[in-house]
Amino acid sequence: MIHKDVLVIGAGPSGLSAAIEAGKAGADTLLVDLNLKAGGQLFKQIHKFFGSSAHHSGTRGYEIGSLLLKQARDAGVEIWLQSTVIGIFPGGKVGIERGLDNGEKDLVTLKAKTIIIATGASENAIRFKGWTTPGVMGAGAAQTMVNVNHVRPGENIVMIGSGNVGLIVSYQLMQAGCNVVALLEAAPKVGGYSVHAAKIRRAGVPIYTSRTIIEALAGEDGSVCGCVTAAVDDHFQPVPGTEETLKCDVITLATGMKPTMDLVKLAGCALKFHGPLGGYVPIHDERLETSVKGVFVAGDSTGVEEANTALDEGKIAGISAAEELGYISHEDADAMRSEIWSRLDSLRLGPFGERRMKEKKAMMEEYSETVKVPAAFQ
Amino acid sequence: MSEALADDMLVCRCEEVTVGDIKKAIRDGARDVVGVKRRTRAGMGLCQGRTCEKLVQQIISKELGVPASETGTSSVRPPVRPVTFGELAKGDVEDD
Repeated sequence: MIHKDVLVIGAGPSGLSAAIEAGKAGADTLLVDLNLKAGGQLFKQIHKFFGSSAHHSGTRGYEIGSLLLKQARDAGVEIWLQSTVIGIFPGGKVGIERGLDNGEKDLVTLKAKTIIIATGASENAIRFKGWTTPGVMGAGAAQTMVNVNHVRPGENIVMIGSGNVGLIVSYQLMQAGCNVVALLEAAPKVGGYSVHAAKIRRAGVPIYTSRTIIEALAGEDGSVCGCVTAAVDDHFQPVPGTEETLKCDVITLATGMKPTMDLVKLAGCALKFHGPLGGYVPIHDERLETSVKGVFVAGDSTGVEEANTALDEGKIAGISAAEELGYISHEDADAMRSEIWSRLDSLRLGPFGERRMKEKKAMMEEYSETVKVPAAFQ
Repeated sequence: MSEALADDMLVCRCEEVTVGDIKKAIRDGARDVVGVKRRTRAGMGLCQGRTCEKLVQQIISKELGVPASETGTSSVRPPVRPVTFGELAKGDVEDD
């Protein structure tokens, strides 16, 4: 069996920054990711990021990914790609299907003194008549197709949801040569930043608010050939008589995300429901430690937010894991964390950020009331 | 989202479970995601509920008039991703 100080699961922004901090502090750190490349969703982001210089503002997402990957290697982090954690077992043993250079897979078991779970989030589906028709897909899937695999998902796209994902992916689909027929938003106003919305409006894409999809239409070949939309009332229910049909061959859903929870559940971490964070989430304290001693979480897997908050949460988790193992003193770790927390608080301003900040604070209060002290692995 | 959902609409596409199947499971006594899963197999397929869990939560919430926070979440067992028997069989089994 392989032994490690720190195992980081997931090499997105939070996992990478966690591994960098743990590695820099001197911990023997392994970073595992099931994809071909490290960087998680960063490698799909071809736009420049906002925020402060601490969060790489002005840099394109995939460049941030490359930068972090280099920093992780420099920090001595061992990285296994195409490697999937298939389970966390009693006593904290971890089963990993390890991808080998020759393309084969090998099953290994590993015991790490601390585990950082940074498994991100997955896209929400919504139900409407015909939602399982080929051609209906997550906006993230469409983004992977154009930005990573350089394949257009189709020619004529209808985007559902006007959060930043819906707005940015619409624009990127247009850059890839697709025609975005329309963007539908059930709420009365656009969800994402107006700078992103203005960009696609200027390009002539209509954004319909208070309107949603009620049916995907299938053509002779069984795949999407159009959709029926309808205006919605104050309770998001379709208003009869307002139906309109749009022609399209792809319907992309940008309707929110939920944390990927399988490994935190297997590890036995206490969960709580926090709607604004995406549903059930593992609760954590200010050190990002879960209810299980030595198991930390970071990024979207403990509440769906942005790449920059994930970067900072990853740092905190990496510092805390290194502190747990004695590589960083408690005083130093506290000082490092408080600097990052104050930055996180300033990131979590604005209408969306504040709601999440409130949920995060409530979650940490729940932790101190219900968990108090993390328990050893069962 | 429309409340007037046809009973034949698929919810769990992996196991081909419909809105009607889930409503029936609730009439039969299911009170949370695990209860629905045990009665219908919703969430037991290839994706292990990654797509349908939230949809099942929404149906339970509406049918029983409870908030989504009371609809529970699915239990998990390893392997959490598909793995071949061949790999499992040759896997390393040494103890500590």
